[in-house]
Amino acid sequence: MHHLDAHNARAWTRRELLGTGLIMASAAMTMPAFLQRSALALPSPAGGSLPGVPEDRILVVIQLGGGNDGLNTVAPIGHDEYHRLRPGIRITPQQAIGLDRRHADIGLHPALTGLKDLYDNGLLALVQGVGYPNPNRSHFKSMDIWQTADTSGTGDGWLGRYYDAECCGYGSGESGTPPAQGGAKPAKTTYPPISIGAEAPLALQGRATKPVAFETPDLFRWTGAEIHPSLEKPYEQLVRREPDPNANLSPNEAFLMRTALDAQVSSDQIRRAVEARSLVDYPNGSLAQQLGMIAKMIRAGLKTRVYYATLGSFDTHAGQGGANGRHANLLRQFGDAVRAFYTDLEKQGNAGRVLTMSFSEFGRRVAQNASNGTDHGTAAPMFLFGPMVHAGVRNAHPSLSNLDGGDLKYTVDFRTVYAAVLENWMKADSAAILERRYKPAPVIRDA
Amino acid sequence: MQTATHTPADETDTLTASLDRIPDREFGYEQARHLLWRAGFGGTPGQIDTLASWGPEKAVDHLLEVEKVPYEQPAADRFDKDIMRPPTQAERLEARAARRRRDEDALARIRLLRQQRQRQDRRQMAEIQRWWLQRLIESPRPLEEKMTLFWHGHFATSYRTIENSYHMYQQNQLFRRHAVGSYKALLYAIIRDPAMLAYLDNNDSRVGKPNENLARELMELFSLGVGNYTEKDIKEGARALTGYTFEDDEFFFNPDNHDKGSKQILGVRGNLDGEDFVAAILQQKACARFIAGKLYDFFALHPGSFEHDDAPAVTRVKARLAGLLRKSDYNVRPVLRKLLLSRHFYHPKVINNRIKSPAELVVGAVRSLNTPVRDMGVLLQAMELMGQSLFFPPSVKGWDGGRSWINTSTVFIRQNLMNFLLTGRLPVGYDSSAKKEKYDPSGLLEPLTSTDPAAARDPERVADYLLRFTLGKPDGQARAVLAEFANEHGGTVKPDTVTGMLLLIAAMPEYQLC
Repeated sequence: MHHLDAHNARAWTRRELLGTGLIMASAAMTMPAFLQRSALALPSPAGGSLPGVPEDRILVVIQLGGGNDGLNTVAPIGHDEYHRLRPGIRITPQQAIGLDRRHADIGLHPALTGLKDLYDNGLLALVQGVGYPNPNRSHFKSMDIWQTADTSGTGDGWLGRYYDAECCGYGSGESGTPPAQGGAKPAKTTYPPISIGAEAPLALQGRATKPVAFETPDLFRWTGAEIHPSLEKPYEQLVRREPDPNANLSPNEAFLMRTALDAQVSSDQIRRAVEARSLVDYPNGSLAQQLGMIAKMIRAGLKTRVYYATLGSFDTHAGQGGANGRHANLLRQFGDAVRAFYTDLEKQGNAGRVLTMSFSEFGRRVAQNASNGTDHGTAAPMFLFGPMVHAGVRNAHPSLSNLDGGDLKYTVDFRTVYAAVLENWMKADSAAILERRYKPAPVIRDA
Repeated sequence: MQTATHTPADETDTLTASLDRIPDREFGYEQARHLLWRAGFGGTPGQIDTLASWGPEKAVDHLLEVEKVPYEQPAADRFDKDIMRPPTQAERLEARAARRRRDEDALARIRLLRQQRQRQDRRQMAEIQRWWLQRLIESPRPLEEKMTLFWHGHFATSYRTIENSYHMYQQNQLFRRHAVGSYKALLYAIIRDPAMLAYLDNNDSRVGKPNENLARELMELFSLGVGNYTEKDIKEGARALTGYTFEDDEFFFNPDNHDKGSKQILGVRGNLDGEDFVAAILQQKACARFIAGKLYDFFALHPGSFEHDDAPAVTRVKARLAGLLRKSDYNVRPVLRKLLLSRHFYHPKVINNRIKSPAELVVGAVRSLNTPVRDMGVLLQAMELMGQSLFFPPSVKGWDGGRSWINTSTVFIRQNLMNFLLTGRLPVGYDSSAKKEKYDPSGLLEPLTSTDPAAARDPERVADYLLRFTLGKPDGQARAVLAEFANEHGGTVKPDTVTGMLLLIAAMPEYQLC
């Protein structure tokens, strides 16, 4: 795969064209309005980071797909019921990683040494017993509920609504009025959220803003040059061409040309960013690879404010293992990846700009099943990472004796955590976005 | 004869609101091509020529009178209806006994069986998706399938929520049965459709505890539009719909759950049921306005694709179509006929000014360019990535359409999908079909080759011909680039060169329009 050099050369040409102030100034006189917008979408040459300015704040969401077993992630080792109900898969007090003297009843899974380091450095907030009323145990439905922040699991994604509110300032959800099409332009230029993976999650789908999604940046581009190299030059001429000012473009033509040009520019940017070497060595595994890419994009000064990464296979119905085994391997990947990510961000000097939040669609039942696995359950812990978090164990573990048909009763509504992220970190109006006023959970320090 | 050639001057003309019939002499290649795209999924050069030679009336009637074109209608037993059947009496008793005994093993067995059935049903849903995409591609009645797609987006119901593939299939048949027929019949049928009743939670709606979901959407999204009813109409409408449920695959009216009290909906008072509710809706002038408006958005100009100055013309056309819909007692066909034959429809500001939906892009590429289908799975996945998964609309609002299809991600997916159809190129590597199914573009050039063999060897003229066919208009800059590409490949226009030219055209932003 040595074709990247060619793309690099092409990208350089593009940057020469649009990146210099002089050309911009003269071009502004003649270029149609939509081309100027594309040019402005490039990051400013100086990087332009101003820590503390809300526009510079970044949120990274890590989705643990399949229903992570919260009870073996943060194990309630001080509770007899835990040991009694999970004889084949429990974490013993000797194996668990202790956290906090005031919370000696819990301990991290032994594979989570990465999280322990983050915890010791004041970069981790743990919220326990997070869920929602009338829990749904279908993967699809419960994932939709988490992603829409609506217990019916319908409507736009919660971060999509955040973007909609930021860019266009209209009411969110199904009842929201779409922005006046054709006429009114969005109030602010926003940089769409980036999701690593073939499909963008519902959480990022808004009405006006659509996420960029790719498994690897190499797939976020036109594949025609691999069909035959001679197609590349004419492609450049046809897709990156400046439209004839006398051509009388229809609104749709102008829109399509602008978006195609934006796509080329952001493809160049992202691929150029990701070609760089990471500042630290990331461990193997898909999540580490995804976070490594995100770190490079942050380092390159992309103005994207929301990134989304996913780690799957948490649906451990059989043979999930205890201190070792399948679930342990997944947790190790998770903890080690986040540790490497923050080490990288610290080296970059960007850690203070990046809040990371992990969640799963549900936890698992308290009792193990007959196949040394666990079935779909309810409440589970959430983690928040970064120097801005109110570090430490934020609340008590939910009761293991007062269960709801064998499941934990949630003690924290996940939307109070979303409200904190939106309100206290992104400086957005969480009530407008979540369509209800939730008291932000105390997870972000005053800033 | 073609007098309506596209020139920049046309675009500055004000959009006409005339619904007068387009004269025969103004109906040529460009108009026939436009008709084929909007009332179907595009056509080959040969099909365009045929329709152009027929003239507007015959061409439109051929597309509209779908039942005159022989085509097998889908059989009810085409798919297995029993995968998600309700549990039998014996199964229910067994489950209840197991729960009472707290027999974890038996309960686990029952859960496992249910999970197996759900998996099997998801597989069947994928088969039904393939089946419909195949039909969209093959049908000799393109307008029938296009209107089926229209109703699917209008009465949007998602498998993701109802998890019953056979009900989705049944609903698809309902839409096809009424494709160009009566909206009125469809509205009466939709409140008895198992998929819809499950999707909008009406199956548990009963007296004393009415669920308002169906009543609300029935007015807001399916018939009247926001602002044409009150919250009280929703509450009373929900009462009228209590007891409307289904058993297995059939509608079932449960009189015990129905609210028999007096209600007042949209000014009509009485002991109203669901049918009375629908009748009250159909009495409203707003209903024909709303439906005619949606048909117009779908076939002519989507909101946001015209300039402010042209808005009055659009409003006038919509109002007249609404009047026609009322006069025809909600029959869709005369309304479409009027629109598809009108001067307004063939105005340069309407032609090539619709952003192709993913279905139009995929189906249209295969139908017009005659590419191999290669791999249904890849096509369906690409459609999902482009934002339109058949039977999985994102919400009860359906697909927003228009510019919402296009963003920086979908631009590349759209371009690469075309690369796939034309060459078998996947994002990484090639599909197994690439070797055995090579795309042969020579058929496309047939009309040119047969009339003017010299032209078919001239890169500039081939480029012009292809641009006119694919983008609907000439483009001097693009012609020069394409001709240069052909010249670099020896100057003679070989099939591979034509494929290369098509790859380039399909990557152009303008290719997303129809």
